[in-house]
Amino acid sequence: MAYIDQKHIRNFCIIAHIDHGKSTLADRIIEQTGLLTDREMQSQVLDNMDLERERGITIKAQAVRTVYKAKDGEEYIFNLIDTPGHVDFNYEVSRSLAACDGAILVVDAAQGVEAQTLANVYLALDHDLDVVPVINKVDLPSAEPERVIEEIEDVIGIEAEDAPLISAKTGLNVDQVLEQIVKKIPAPKGSKEEPLQALIFDSLYDAYKGVIVFCRIMEGTVKKGTPIKMMATGANAEVVEVGYFGAGQFIQAEELSAGMVGYITASLKNVKDTQVGDTITNAQRPCEKPLPGYKKVNPMVYCGMYPADGAKYQDLRDALEKLQLNDAALQFEPETSIALGFGFRCGFLGLLHLEIIQERLEREYNLDLVTTAPGVVYRVYKTSGEMIELTNPSNLPEPTAIDYMEEPVVKAEIMVTSEFIGAIMDLCQERRGVYEGMEYIEEKRAVLRYTLPLNEIIYDFFDALKSRSRGYASFDYEMSGYQKSELVKLDMLINKEEVDALSFILHADTAYERGRKMCEKLKEEIPRQLFEVPIQAAIGSKVIARETVRAMRKDVLAKCYGGDISRKRKLLEKQKEGKKRMRQIGNVEIPQKAFMSVLKLDDN
Amino acid sequence: MEDLCHLIREQKTSKTHALSTIFVGGGTPSLLTAQEISSIFAAIRETFEVVRSGEITIEVNPGTVSKELLACYQELGINRLSIGLQSTNDDELKTLGRIHTYQDFLETYESCKEAGFKNVNVDLMFGIPGQTVSSWERSLRQIAELDPQHISAYSLIVEEGTKFSLMEQKGELILPSEDVEREMYKLTKNLLLEYGFHRYEISNYAKAGYECRHNLGYWQRKEYLGLGYQAASLIDETRFTTGGEPVVLSVKEQMEETMFLGLRMSCGVDKEAFFKKYGCTLDSVYGKVLEEFAQKELLINGNEKVYLTEKGLDLSNYVMSEFLLEDE
Repeated sequence: MAYIDQKHIRNFCIIAHIDHGKSTLADRIIEQTGLLTDREMQSQVLDNMDLERERGITIKAQAVRTVYKAKDGEEYIFNLIDTPGHVDFNYEVSRSLAACDGAILVVDAAQGVEAQTLANVYLALDHDLDVVPVINKVDLPSAEPERVIEEIEDVIGIEAEDAPLISAKTGLNVDQVLEQIVKKIPAPKGSKEEPLQALIFDSLYDAYKGVIVFCRIMEGTVKKGTPIKMMATGANAEVVEVGYFGAGQFIQAEELSAGMVGYITASLKNVKDTQVGDTITNAQRPCEKPLPGYKKVNPMVYCGMYPADGAKYQDLRDALEKLQLNDAALQFEPETSIALGFGFRCGFLGLLHLEIIQERLEREYNLDLVTTAPGVVYRVYKTSGEMIELTNPSNLPEPTAIDYMEEPVVKAEIMVTSEFIGAIMDLCQERRGVYEGMEYIEEKRAVLRYTLPLNEIIYDFFDALKSRSRGYASFDYEMSGYQKSELVKLDMLINKEEVDALSFILHADTAYERGRKMCEKLKEEIPRQLFEVPIQAAIGSKVIARETVRAMRKDVLAKCYGGDISRKRKLLEKQKEGKKRMRQIGNVEIPQKAFMSVLKLDDN
Repeated sequence: MEDLCHLIREQKTSKTHALSTIFVGGGTPSLLTAQEISSIFAAIRETFEVVRSGEITIEVNPGTVSKELLACYQELGINRLSIGLQSTNDDELKTLGRIHTYQDFLETYESCKEAGFKNVNVDLMFGIPGQTVSSWERSLRQIAELDPQHISAYSLIVEEGTKFSLMEQKGELILPSEDVEREMYKLTKNLLLEYGFHRYEISNYAKAGYECRHNLGYWQRKEYLGLGYQAASLIDETRFTTGGEPVVLSVKEQMEETMFLGLRMSCGVDKEAFFKKYGCTLDSVYGKVLEEFAQKELLINGNEKVYLTEKGLDLSNYVMSEFLLEDE
């Protein structure tokens, strides 16, 4: 295909609530457009990281280009841009949407519209995308397509009368989706002759090609040799290669012009230079102004990450650097803990992002990690008039030096069926939520709106929400700034020694309860030592809770049966292995998982 | 039975092994008839040389041996009996699921003496559900008064998958507390010493010269051959269990075993013997951990030997695990 007419390009994405079948539909579209052979076809082409597949979510936005021969006899280029499906990656979602002209909205025929669906549809509508609804999983016995169509029309307010009723799993009616993409999603606009204006919606680092930038060309043309400039970061480079996204591979092309989606490589070494949302222009013939909507993504959640084996510090640094090449949102800087030694304070978009990085470090880089309790960024206003952004509780100034503190809050929307409204309101209350309103979107379902402190939702809010609504509640939030709050630092003392890695900041009203639970949890986690070990929770010099780990009295095997010592060896090896996973704090050996116990206070 | 005899005969190799101890145990070998046990010993003597003053033990359950059978044992050269009593309290015996009573034991014990056995062990157990310190003391005293040559006093271990383990999970098993259990252990040593028994291993007490040589062999890493269902052996620094793959021990593993088995004995590990076997000093291999534990009063690191203190014995797994060496 030498020349591509803009009229024959469709740039779109698929939006859906988690598990509503986005990736499966993507697979079917790719299959039925016939670009891939069966052999190339992985189970889910778009999710190419193992980790993502296991979690059933898509983390990094990606794109694929396929060719569709429509019933009108013409060939169309489909650029399917995948979007991450989690609130941690909201900004990336918005940039992916900005690269599209339309969106397919997948709604589960049994589940109906969910909070995340709404949030994503509103995002799509904000970007002036034409939304094409599709009802999936109509083959399920519990499917109620008519009800769901009505719901889409009532709740979202878009036409859904002729929405294809499909089963992405079996491939039923997927052909109708392909036809609607051609008919309902508009072709891109923009002129090939204008100064270059391209939107970065993702980038990744490749050891051979350097940074590969995923972009949508809005105006102008780019090809090998074009001098380019990133308008927000100011980075300059010369284009080495441009091309399209094939089946999991890069297909080189002559040029990319207005309306196209593709990639650019320009011997850039760092993804930090190519931030999502930035505009690429021609350095010699720049466009007038950048595309709207760029913002720098800041980490919302911080925690300390330490190598379990102190000798692996450099390995951890190398691994973090490598991950950062592909993940501009990941931040880290060295820090030292009295309890844990040398490590890094790492910043993440959210708890899921944190967990993903943690798992990748452990799995792909074979590192054994000790992670401290995650916390948010607090603002500490000092009596001197200075304001500091606090990411590590240990750096909290003396109480006398603090005028007041602020914590980040979010605006949350929780969609829930009427029977669980009471339970969910109780939960939000417990988490210091401020009620902002409620709307019934249909007879039995309502959207609750709350302002909630971020530090109340980063640990286990989602789990609590699910368990208190028997899985029916869905949840979405966006940051809404900072508010003044009565915050204190809770310290844990083990055998009278303060363990810096266990300190955390929390609201004064919850300190006593949390302190008590922390003591109980640590008592469970810390094995008995040769002597009695007191565990205390304290605010400043005031102890607010205490537990004691009794001294170990007996640890002996009475006999070895008939000279069979294999069991004895196994027992000792297990014991030795357990000790290896301990940290020495003063005279006390503390298992590494104890440092994460703050995360599990609501297990009961 | 024929299988076992066949198995014994199969062991005949060009290399003649002289047996210094024989132990017939596991299950209840005293249920074998005179004819059966005789055929086993015939097979043994056909296959192996047995040293003249060898220690030959058989395990006996109370109430299972007749005078005739004991006479047969004597004829076969068996010179040591180990009687599995556990407790002199019939309620405790019932708790343990034993079918014998203390009276059954007394009769058996008397017959053994009458039959001429001069080396008898009695197995006792503490930490039994419902047991008190005073009931344990009673068991100990009653047996010590009988004046056997050897007493094994094991602490009850609740093994996974057993009835006790199931009961424990359900919270139905009331075991003596850890403090009470350790009190029982201390009492055992002191009380038996009154009667002339000294503790030579974590759970074993003997009159001078009557330490069980067979058991000591395990802790001293002497070679042994086990025959029968899942029987364990150590030969040529190779460990194997019937039906399992043999494991050739590396020098590192041999050293580890020397420590964690040797430290079970009151005499501990002999430094000179260690040096002779491995060509390096015990302190050069384990200096750091020896120092740490000596400081914590868990062991005594003497000039000639290393042995556990009372506290070290109580926490012996904790101590021994540190004698496992890092790989490489």
